Amino acid sequence: MSWVGRPINRLEDPALVQGRGRFTADLPARHHVRFVRSPVAAGTIRRVTAEPGTRLFTAADLVGVAPIRPMLHKFGYVPIAQPVLADGVVRYAGDLIAAVVADTAEAAEDQAELVALDIDPLPAVTTAEAALAPGAPQVQPEAPGNLVIDARFETPGFAPPPGTTIRAAIRSHRQNATPIEPRAAHAAFDPATGRVTLTCTTQTPHMMRTAIADLIGMAEADLRVIAPDVGGGFGQKMSLAPEFLALVWLARHLRTSLAWTEDRRENLMASFHSRDMEIALAGTFDADGRLRALDADVTANVGAYAPYPNTAAVEPLMSVAELPGPYDIAAYRCRARGVVTNTCCSAPYRGVARPAITLALERLMDKAARALGLTPWEIRRRNLITRFPHTSPTGLVYDEGAYVGAMEAALQAADLPAFQARQAALRAEGRYLGLGLSTFCERTGYGSPAFAARGMEVTPGWEQVELAMDPSGAVEARIGASPHGQGLATTLAQIIADRLGTAPHQVRVVHGDTDRTPYGFGTFASRSIVIAGGAVQLAAEKLRTKLRAIAATLLEAAPADIELADGMARIAGTDRAVALPVLARAAYHQAHRFADLSPGLRESAVYDPSGTFSNACHLAIVEVDIETCAVGIERFIVAEDAGRLINPMIAEGQIRGGVAQGIANALYEEIIYSDTGDVLTATLADYLTPTVREVPRIEIIHLETITEATLTGAKGLGEGGAIGAPASVLNAINDALAPLGAEIDTMPATPRRIHAALQTARAR
Amino acid sequence: MRVPISLRVNGVPYAIEVEPRRTLADALRQDCGLTGTHIGCEHGVCGACTVIVDGEPVRACLMFAVQAEACDVRTIEGLALSINPSCEEKDGATLHPLQSAFIAHHGLQCGFCTPGFLMLAAAVLERDPGITDAALVDALSANLCRCTGYQGIVDAVLDAARTLRHAEKG
Repeated sequence: MSWVGRPINRLEDPALVQGRGRFTADLPARHHVRFVRSPVAAGTIRRVTAEPGTRLFTAADLVGVAPIRPMLHKFGYVPIAQPVLADGVVRYAGDLIAAVVADTAEAAEDQAELVALDIDPLPAVTTAEAALAPGAPQVQPEAPGNLVIDARFETPGFAPPPGTTIRAAIRSHRQNATPIEPRAAHAAFDPATGRVTLTCTTQTPHMMRTAIADLIGMAEADLRVIAPDVGGGFGQKMSLAPEFLALVWLARHLRTSLAWTEDRRENLMASFHSRDMEIALAGTFDADGRLRALDADVTANVGAYAPYPNTAAVEPLMSVAELPGPYDIAAYRCRARGVVTNTCCSAPYRGVARPAITLALERLMDKAARALGLTPWEIRRRNLITRFPHTSPTGLVYDEGAYVGAMEAALQAADLPAFQARQAALRAEGRYLGLGLSTFCERTGYGSPAFAARGMEVTPGWEQVELAMDPSGAVEARIGASPHGQGLATTLAQIIADRLGTAPHQVRVVHGDTDRTPYGFGTFASRSIVIAGGAVQLAAEKLRTKLRAIAATLLEAAPADIELADGMARIAGTDRAVALPVLARAAYHQAHRFADLSPGLRESAVYDPSGTFSNACHLAIVEVDIETCAVGIERFIVAEDAGRLINPMIAEGQIRGGVAQGIANALYEEIIYSDTGDVLTATLADYLTPTVREVPRIEIIHLETITEATLTGAKGLGEGGAIGAPASVLNAINDALAPLGAEIDTMPATPRRIHAALQTARAR
Repeated sequence: MRVPISLRVNGVPYAIEVEPRRTLADALRQDCGLTGTHIGCEHGVCGACTVIVDGEPVRACLMFAVQAEACDVRTIEGLALSINPSCEEKDGATLHPLQSAFIAHHGLQCGFCTPGFLMLAAAVLERDPGITDAALVDALSANLCRCTGYQGIVDAVLDAARTLRHAEKG
């Protein structure tokens, strides 16, 4: 029986449930670091003064350290630089000014609080609108007009045909990915070798090593980066934290070990933000309700700096490329701008721009359905892609999926007639129920060509694996990917176990250590099961071939007759068998017996796929209390197609977690800046991450279209939950409010905003 | 200034010296070396640092270590010891029914909030073994998880509650 496809328990769990996980902040250090941050959104630093005896480091100390300046060679991108510590100018509230080093974390914090900052405030802009206004203060010297990217795309000869033009304008407010583990780093200098070991909360240890070594100007070989257990990332831990770089520099400079853990306020103010976007769509529909042309205008407030490696263009460029979504649209035009402001740097967060573009497109579909007298499902039936492979207007090739099928499955599960009857009955009682759909597809598992198409200097595409069986028969896979909650050690072990005839718990997957693993890019962008999974499968096939050849010699049979199962190599259909450890021992210690094979059992493989599209339909049923304007989610259904599921339990966990974040996006979470650029939501009592009370049980329906676009037949699904959920919730709220004439196209749809929408409707 | 305090953690006596401002969470992690208690927000919202003090679930970031003088503290490292008879052997480790249920119901992903949820659930179930499912879910709303969407956690705790009740009757 195959291990792939089974919901086996995770190999990661026993240690974690016993408190035996090893997280960055668990490491003891000789010294502790506290960063001094800007209290103002913009200003010129005149003086930074510490109490006598304070070990204070500022930009002036970091001689030779280059600023973080990720590059993109397309779309007229304006590269902007972020000094590791502010070099005379601060650009957002939370900007790094100095580092204080002390013997304890408490002493470092005390001394940092006593650092006197003499800053001349400068006028600040915190919204894209303000930053684009004529005469607005310029945030970055390189970016006149505060534009870092103004990307335009149009299909040749774009011209909307005659038809009905429907408009949707959405606003997505700013979010923070909010992993429960704050960011942390520990850098230890080894006087014997001159090397530094950086243990940190990263999703991308190899990329961090390259970037930090480059910027400090040290040999990459002198830096080891370890990602131990990492307490959630969701993208926030994939970008280079300037704090990590500062710690490595300090460890080398002071020849010591140092630790830094951000507090929650720092995380909410000064880690990375996301999703601060406005999108205006104009769709031209023909008489049959078919979307013939789509014209889009996207504005993203990208904050003060650009994250490495993705740059400040990541949200605009994702929007341009993927806005047409799951619909068959021939004519498409898009302008997408990235605007710098005096706010925290924006960076990838689970879904990257797609929660917002899906909201815009799905609101457009519902508005069009209403205008054209169609149901939301009928208009989607007429527009969803049904023929594969499909080439999108921007040239993306969609592999086989179940676009209409997912929607029909969700609708069937929802029992539409029963819902509609109940909705009508409750409306008569003054209760407002609504049903909302979100149909979408998600490009996943894309290799280096996809990043090259954006013009990125770093194209984090391929993954590599080294797979070895040691002389005792134990299997170890060393991967460049860097899971932090996704259960990848389990799913990769399932793939390997099937090919080597062993069991998952006998496979050790090693990740998150640049000394122990081959170069790779890490875990982000719904990529690991596709790309690392494919590489693992290739390496396991090679190892399988070699094991069968060795077994054939030992058993005096043909390699083609050898099967590997239950820890044995057997001549098929006979009882003649040899145990894997015997084969392994022979491969190392009896190499002379296998003249045409290299000694030992070690194979490596690289995989760099072009990418695959998973798809889903989310269906939300909500009730809006029109007195309190609170929204309760009654049911949430996900019908999804992510190809072959390696471990359905883990896949469902990814979906549920993503949907919970999408619901947070739709209803609760918002980073709010004051007009002067202070973050007003700097605690978890103000930034409303949902609890178990706010997240409903999520019903999941799997459709498994086995794709040929990936080696394993699997598609990525890490981000899909977060991408689709907001649109379904907002469509459901709008369905509920429809009889009252109120509409809401802003997320989060807080009670205050719903109240305002109702007031507007009443005033009409 | 450091203050000497003595407390019991997981049944083991500790005599430590702490600054009066040191939180119980920091004292457990740094002075007792028990890093299974995690710190997520330090303002009492996320609950990752939940431990059991004299039978009550407590946010260890909101309690000073000096307040735990002479208290009986239980942390994740001691959870399985607490009700040894019904603990099962799994992969060479002894697990509390809650721990086994978290594994079986995929109640964790990154595992950072997990010790806090386990200690919260253990305290609630010990205080009121007959607690209703609804009240149990309500109690779990004290803590934040960012990975799971909570369903695995709820399923695990409800399942473990049944196991524990059954063990008590048996």
